[in-house]
Amino acid sequence: MKYKDYLTGMRLSLPVFIGYFAVSFGFGALAVTKGVSVLQSTLISLTNLTSAGQFAGLSVIAAAAPLLEMVLTQLVINSRYALMSLALGQRMGDRIGLLPRFLIAFHNTDEIFALAMKHDRPLTVPFMMGLGILPMIGWTGGTLLGAAAGTFLPEIVRTSLSVALYGMFIAILVPQAKKSKPILCSVLTASALACAFRWLPGLREVSEGMAIVICAVAASLLCALLFPIGEERGEDASGEAGEEGQAVSLPDNGGTPGGGSERRENGRQTPDRENVPAAADRPSDRKGAAAP
Amino acid sequence: MKIYLYILVMAVTTYLIRMLPLTVFRKKIKSRFLTSFLFYVPSACLAAMTFPAILGSTSSVISAAAGLVTALFFAFREKSLVVVAASGCAAVFAAELLLRWLPPAL
Repeated sequence: MKYKDYLTGMRLSLPVFIGYFAVSFGFGALAVTKGVSVLQSTLISLTNLTSAGQFAGLSVIAAAAPLLEMVLTQLVINSRYALMSLALGQRMGDRIGLLPRFLIAFHNTDEIFALAMKHDRPLTVPFMMGLGILPMIGWTGGTLLGAAAGTFLPEIVRTSLSVALYGMFIAILVPQAKKSKPILCSVLTASALACAFRWLPGLREVSEGMAIVICAVAASLLCALLFPIGEERGEDASGEAGEEGQAVSLPDNGGTPGGGSERRENGRQTPDRENVPAAADRPSDRKGAAAP
Repeated sequence: MKIYLYILVMAVTTYLIRMLPLTVFRKKIKSRFLTSFLFYVPSACLAAMTFPAILGSTSSVISAAAGLVTALFFAFREKSLVVVAASGCAAVFAAELLLRWLPPAL
């Protein structure tokens, strides 16, 4: 029974594994161009399991910035995981004890969180562990191979690969910004501020990591003042955890046209869903799957 | 050697962010402002990290812009993450090739 739960988790996470592998290949290739060794970049992926945080961490390392800057960038960029863990904890209820939670927390990425939240059976420890293992292998293995390949690939290929992560961020942001004006506002404000930090004298001297922190905090404050979320989202009926999941799970939220609604369909068991072959279900998961 | 210290700090910070709300602080956030703020942080972070940084990520602004526009195009059509990222890389690759061959002719 427990064994079966573990396998179910593994099966559900297979598309995430593939997505992570592809994206972390780009991370590995980029890391070695910044003077981080193959072993070190693999270690980063194994111990962090997060895309944006690692990416920012890389520039902190490259700039040899103070360690406090590392803490600040990770706190801001990865703050979404706190919300996800909070929602996941409520979803798990009392069935899952304290000890397994320490392990489950380690691999609570955007995609694994999304898969756990839309799973329509009670969450068990074996299921959660099965859900995490393949994505972890994919993310770490992809980094290893990407970093190794990066050391001997021709320069033009390395240069091309270095935009892979930016491409991924764009793929996450654009569909969300299309759907939501407030998100569009946060994106445009943050980018405009980042431009100021890149080009304006004075601001230009601020390190990259701190600039990300300041831009993100300022843009989020502005949007929180202008467009507070809450009543107009009106999803309380579908469960608090569901709302938080939507709020924080970027890729699942905006990865595909059906990405955001898929989970809700899942809960309701709409007739539509039965017409869709099971195989068609998975690639759409994969679309949202690549940014731990 | 200092790089391992960075990696340790990064890993511990990230783990604590994920672990504490799952084990110790299990209360729901009540403040609407804080919830709203945290709602916008992820997209703001990604945006601040992507633009204009992408423009300086290749050997020329032109190839970077080619990658940016291509990625934006496919992202706007809501293609998958891998397709968007790969098309961006391919566009940069093509532009870098062109830039190597074209300048003497211009």
